Amino acid sequence: MDVKEVLLPGVGLRFEFENRDGDRIGVVARRTGEFEVVVYPSDDPDQAQQVFRLTDDEAEALAQILGAPRIAERFADLTREVPGLNAGQVTIRPGSPFVDRPLGDTRARTRTGASIVAIVRDEAVLASPGPGEMLRVNDVLVVIGTEDGISGVEEIVAQGNLAAPPAES
Amino acid sequence: MQVSATLLLELGVILTVLTVLGTAARRFALSPIPLYLLAGLALGEGGIAPIPAAAQFVSTGASIGVVLLLLTLGLEFSIGEFASSLRRHLPSAWVDVLLNAVPGAIAGALLGLNGVGILALAGVTYISSSGVIARLLSDLRRLGNRETPAVLSILVLEDFAMAAYLPLLAVLAAGGTWIQALLGMAIAIAALSLAFFASYRWGHHVGRIVAHPDNEQMLLRILGLTLIVAALAELVHASAAVGAFLVGLTLTGESAHRARMVLSPLRDLFAAIFFLAIGVSVDPADLIPMLPAAAGLAVVTAGTKVLTGQFAARREGVARPGQLRAGTALIARGEFSLVIIGLVGTTLEAVEAIATPYVFILAMVGPVLARFTGTGGRPVPAR
Repeated sequence: MDVKEVLLPGVGLRFEFENRDGDRIGVVARRTGEFEVVVYPSDDPDQAQQVFRLTDDEAEALAQILGAPRIAERFADLTREVPGLNAGQVTIRPGSPFVDRPLGDTRARTRTGASIVAIVRDEAVLASPGPGEMLRVNDVLVVIGTEDGISGVEEIVAQGNLAAPPAES
Repeated sequence: MQVSATLLLELGVILTVLTVLGTAARRFALSPIPLYLLAGLALGEGGIAPIPAAAQFVSTGASIGVVLLLLTLGLEFSIGEFASSLRRHLPSAWVDVLLNAVPGAIAGALLGLNGVGILALAGVTYISSSGVIARLLSDLRRLGNRETPAVLSILVLEDFAMAAYLPLLAVLAAGGTWIQALLGMAIAIAALSLAFFASYRWGHHVGRIVAHPDNEQMLLRILGLTLIVAALAELVHASAAVGAFLVGLTLTGESAHRARMVLSPLRDLFAAIFFLAIGVSVDPADLIPMLPAAAGLAVVTAGTKVLTGQFAARREGVARPGQLRAGTALIARGEFSLVIIGLVGTTLEAVEAIATPYVFILAMVGPVLARFTGTGGRPVPAR
């Protein structure tokens, strides 16, 4: 799919693409964090017809509805392009020492070199979670790193520490 | 500390009147600027309700208003946007200068103004109001339209042109020679390039200097830095406004976003005071003989702006209704024209007398024309 990006000086960006039905759809991303979704009627493709406006939070919610089931898939696609890099999913099981503790306490990145790029919780996806993000039972961590790194994260999450000394990366 | 009850009362009444006028204007999706000017006229010398106690504050507030207007304008733009506008829309920018500055200059010559006056009037007719127009496009829900990038690019290029023009005019208005003026302009252009470079290379460092998690700290830091730079610019006769604009440009990304947030209430207050002050400084009796000339000039330069917009939009492959929309959107003149008037107003009252009603007319008529053209029979969404 071809997405056209147009700069709106002082305002933000406009993205434009055509869907399978041939509707031209535009998204104005304002610098303030608000979005406008428009369609271009076929009789006057210059004049945008406003479909709806979204605030920062609403856009976030919409993105999650559209993106949640696909985000892990997307990471898997990404890692396929970089040799040696893998994506894995690590579930926080009920007995884990990190239940209800912040993500930072796992020190996963320092200890294994693998990064936790998202947390999938129920239907929602928390993209790039900060170290202060609290972990809950049944959270799924999306981990990107080497194979060893990902299994390291699995061990840490399950037992609280690494069995073997981590491989330096 | 002695609290002056008269001062507080006068200021309170002024702000209340401004808010009533502003609400009324917004209700009809108009710019409040003309109404602020009117309020200023009523309050100033020869007006109906003089403000002896608040006059000092209004004139001080006006200079802060200019600085804040330009600072926030600089915050809106980034180098990337300027560069890409320059690449794509330079021919439109030249057409813009030719079509819109020339009528002002001719009018100035016909009215018997001197060289500085002609230059000032050319600037007044050239510069569209990016503040009014950006808001207008958003209110009319035209940000997604195909002609909008061309309109916004012209505004960016005009605003950057002002960074070179204002120092030139400032020096000449202060009685400097053309050599000194060109020197002032060269300094400003050098400073602009330096600000670009600094923003490109060290923008995040500048951001770090002013960034602070606490809003109060952030506000004080930005304001302090800006006022110092503005004062330095004024000292070298490069105009305080340009100094503030440069500070705004240097800040980028997250710090620019935060700066916009903490500054905008302050900007709104002092910008209103600035528009008011322009009205205050004009004697209504001087305006009346100039009204026909101002109206004529407004008609001519509204037409030339429409041609400019049509040219710019046509280059983007936009069809006729969109070209017309782009043209009428550009008609509104506003804050920058008033900055020019503020710069020369004290020395050249004739410029002030014609340019003030001129801006008044176009700030009023521009948004109305933009609202009712090129919608292709579709209803304009009510707000």
